[in-house]
Amino acid sequence: MVPLHHYLLLSTLLFGIGLGGVLTRRNGILTLMGLELMLNAANLNFIAFWRHQPSPAPADGLLFALFAIGVAAAEVAVGLALIIAIYRRWRTVNLDVPNRLKG
Amino acid sequence: MEFFANIFILVPVLPLLAAAVIAVTRKEGRRRAATLAIGAMSVSCVIAVLSFLVMAAHPEERLVRNFDWIRFGHTTLQLGWVLDPLSAAMAAMVTFVGLLIFIYSVGYMAHDDNFTRFFGFLSLFAAAMLGVVVANSLLLLFVGWELVGLTSYLLIGFWFHKPEAAAAAKKAFITTRIGDIGFLLGMVWWYSQTGTLTFYADGAGCLEEGSLAALGAVGLAGFLAPATLISLLLFCGAVGKSGQVPLHVWLPDAMEGPTPVSALIHAATMVAAGVFLMARIYPLLEVGAGANGVTPALIVVAWVGAITALVAALIAVAQNDIKRILAYSTVSQLGYMFLGLGVGGVAVGMFHLLTHAFFKALLFMGAGSVIHGCHDEQDIRYMGGVKRWMPVTFATYAVGMMALAGVPVFFSGFWSKDEILHAAHGWPVSSGPFWLGLMGAVLTAFYMTRQVATVFFGKYRGAEGKDGHAAEPHESPAVMTRPLVILAVFAVIMGFFGTPAWPWAQDFLEGEVAHFHLGHLFAGDVMGLMLFSTLCVFAGLGAGWWLYGMKPRERAEDPDPLETRMPGVFGALQNRLYFDEFYEATVIRFNRGAAWACDWVDRWVIGGVVLATSYLFVGFAWAGRFIEDKAVNAGFDAGCETIRQRGAAGARLQDGRVHNYLRALGVGFATLLLLLTWGCQ
Amino acid sequence: MGLTFPLIATVTWGAALAAMTLRRPVHSALALVVAFLGLAVTYLTLDAQFLGVVQVLVYVGAVIILIVFVIQLTRNVGLPSESLAVRPAVVGVGTAALVTGGLISCLVASPRFHIERSGEGTAPVKELGEALMANYVVALEGIGLLLTVALIGGVLIATRRPAKKGS
Repeated sequence: MVPLHHYLLLSTLLFGIGLGGVLTRRNGILTLMGLELMLNAANLNFIAFWRHQPSPAPADGLLFALFAIGVAAAEVAVGLALIIAIYRRWRTVNLDVPNRLKG
Repeated sequence: MEFFANIFILVPVLPLLAAAVIAVTRKEGRRRAATLAIGAMSVSCVIAVLSFLVMAAHPEERLVRNFDWIRFGHTTLQLGWVLDPLSAAMAAMVTFVGLLIFIYSVGYMAHDDNFTRFFGFLSLFAAAMLGVVVANSLLLLFVGWELVGLTSYLLIGFWFHKPEAAAAAKKAFITTRIGDIGFLLGMVWWYSQTGTLTFYADGAGCLEEGSLAALGAVGLAGFLAPATLISLLLFCGAVGKSGQVPLHVWLPDAMEGPTPVSALIHAATMVAAGVFLMARIYPLLEVGAGANGVTPALIVVAWVGAITALVAALIAVAQNDIKRILAYSTVSQLGYMFLGLGVGGVAVGMFHLLTHAFFKALLFMGAGSVIHGCHDEQDIRYMGGVKRWMPVTFATYAVGMMALAGVPVFFSGFWSKDEILHAAHGWPVSSGPFWLGLMGAVLTAFYMTRQVATVFFGKYRGAEGKDGHAAEPHESPAVMTRPLVILAVFAVIMGFFGTPAWPWAQDFLEGEVAHFHLGHLFAGDVMGLMLFSTLCVFAGLGAGWWLYGMKPRERAEDPDPLETRMPGVFGALQNRLYFDEFYEATVIRFNRGAAWACDWVDRWVIGGVVLATSYLFVGFAWAGRFIEDKAVNAGFDAGCETIRQRGAAGARLQDGRVHNYLRALGVGFATLLLLLTWGCQ
Repeated sequence: MGLTFPLIATVTWGAALAAMTLRRPVHSALALVVAFLGLAVTYLTLDAQFLGVVQVLVYVGAVIILIVFVIQLTRNVGLPSESLAVRPAVVGVGTAALVTGGLISCLVASPRFHIERSGEGTAPVKELGEALMANYVVALEGIGLLLTVALIGGVLIATRRPAKKGS
């Protein structure tokens, strides 16, 4: 059987990639995609731990992941709406351009 | 009588209040100024005369009112006023003559622009003089004395835009100041010896037994008691104020002032203050006197008076200004007063003072009338035959002249001068003053005759006017001639109060009741002396008339008959015996040098220090500004700049770029993670 | 079985990497689809069948579609000439690497690192539904509310405001 730590490793790597994308990509949409990737990695963590717990009967971990997916979906919807709004104003989704909150 | 003692202080206070109100009156308020001054003076006159009459009934009384003025430590300085025969008589004379002169001034100064100021000063002078008279404290007397000097300065220099007047005022003030130094020293010494300056204070006063004993006892340097020296110091003040030799030089120059000023101040009152002072402190003067009543102080007083009497009379002979003749005459008569005081006592000197006040004021005012009538001409050579146009003035002037010369029986000057000569004749120390006095009397008659003959008789020699003819003199208005008449009356009747038959005035002043004894007229050498002096007076009158009245000069430029006979002597006399020139060469020159030296010190030494200090402060200020600019401001600016830069650097953190924020988050998270896992092991 | 997981893991991971590094957004979206699918398969291997299907339904079926829509709507002519990453890229990558490294080291250092699967993992849907309706009903309602709000909010944010001039 695949031990737990393999899954954790995977999820960590996914998280890392997602984080790197968020911090690096210029395009706003791709930033959101990275964010999704990170959320998914966290979900994977949940499921992995749920499966490897001593008594796997309670479905808490599963439900947690379920709810996380729901929240992520809502969040991506709103985030993309924001991207649309930004696009309308600045004609671009380059996140460097809207810097009106500059100090 | 207590009532009069209580209100006696009003006599000087009322004119003082009038002066204060006049001081704030506008120049146009002439009527108000004159009314105030004359009104105050009238009330003072009424009080003074009533007090005098009351005292006349009780000549032995002396009523004193004292009050505490300043208290420091355990000592108090007292001020107060005294009502006794001396102060009552003097106050009555001063207020009465002063009132007449005030009224006269209304007419005399009618054309002057500064009428209001004149009356203000006159009132102030009256207040000060009366303050001297009523004072019971040497300090109060000194205050009045100084004020009198001040107002004299202000009044002599009344027409201050005339340089001669300004110079004369300055000369008067400085010369009397020199005398006042002696006065001040004497006053301080007296105070230090007796501890009080109040004259009469129930036995504790400085003129009373206890103090006088203290002063007379100890002999200084072996032979002079403090009493003598203090008396001589105070006499210095009297010499200055009363114009005795050698401090007489200011009085003739003081004629630059308006004639009422000359009449009031330099004939009747201020110059008499010196005599009054000596009379007031007479108890001090006679400390240590033996049976003959002679002390060193009195000897000095008598000699100074006698010398002055003669010297001034000599100078008067050769003067040409109508007022200057009278001025030197005043100096001479003051000398007589001091002589009388020295040889005969308070009564003799003061009686002559009182009679002299009336007839000298009369003469001055008459001279003023003549000047006014001759269109402001003052040189007697340019007058003549004035009696034709100014009969009232002539009549009153003649009365005054005869009183001054000492024409017998009907004129007061005869009686008072004779008292002096009688006392001098009987003086045990020396007969020198007697002979000096006698010669002075002869000269007095001579120069007065000269003056009257030249002015009132002969041909009118007035300066020609624009139309080629000399303008004729005219009589003065009634407001000027009526006071003359009143004074003439007094000049006559006052004499009858002081005859040897009935020496009412003398006894009153000595504090005794007088008795009428016709026999005293013929006692001892009284009658003989009277006849002798009359002879001398007539000799003088005759000589004067022979030289000046028989053949009056034709033209103003003609030489004086005396000049043709004795040119050298006449020239010296006309130049006032070169007193002024002597002073100029010695004292004035020294003073000028000292003033220059002081100015040099002030300008360069003290001024240099001040300048250096100011530069020092400027340097400090400059250094401060330098530090402020370079150090403080720069430092502050640098600090602010640093903050701004750091702030700007800090602001760069918030650049509105999402990725940077996220990166910061990431780094922070990583750091936290590491800390949590490994930091807390 | 030994090879299944590494294969799936590699695919997932590679797709994720591709998603984050491809130049064109559409390509990234498609790569992301692959990654999500890989994850779904992983869930299946972990006996979380329901979740795996949900993953496909929600993520692949809705989220990616949405993303692709937005990519199309926000096209910028001349986009390929722009640079890929926010300069300096190494900062972002470095941070990610740092975080990843940190996490991995935490994992490695943990005492309970090597754990095996135990027992049968069953998650019947019926049980899930019962748990949702009984134990987690509040959360269920909450997420329903959240989704409603997100819907309304999304519409509000994205709607074009009517022009004032009425053109």
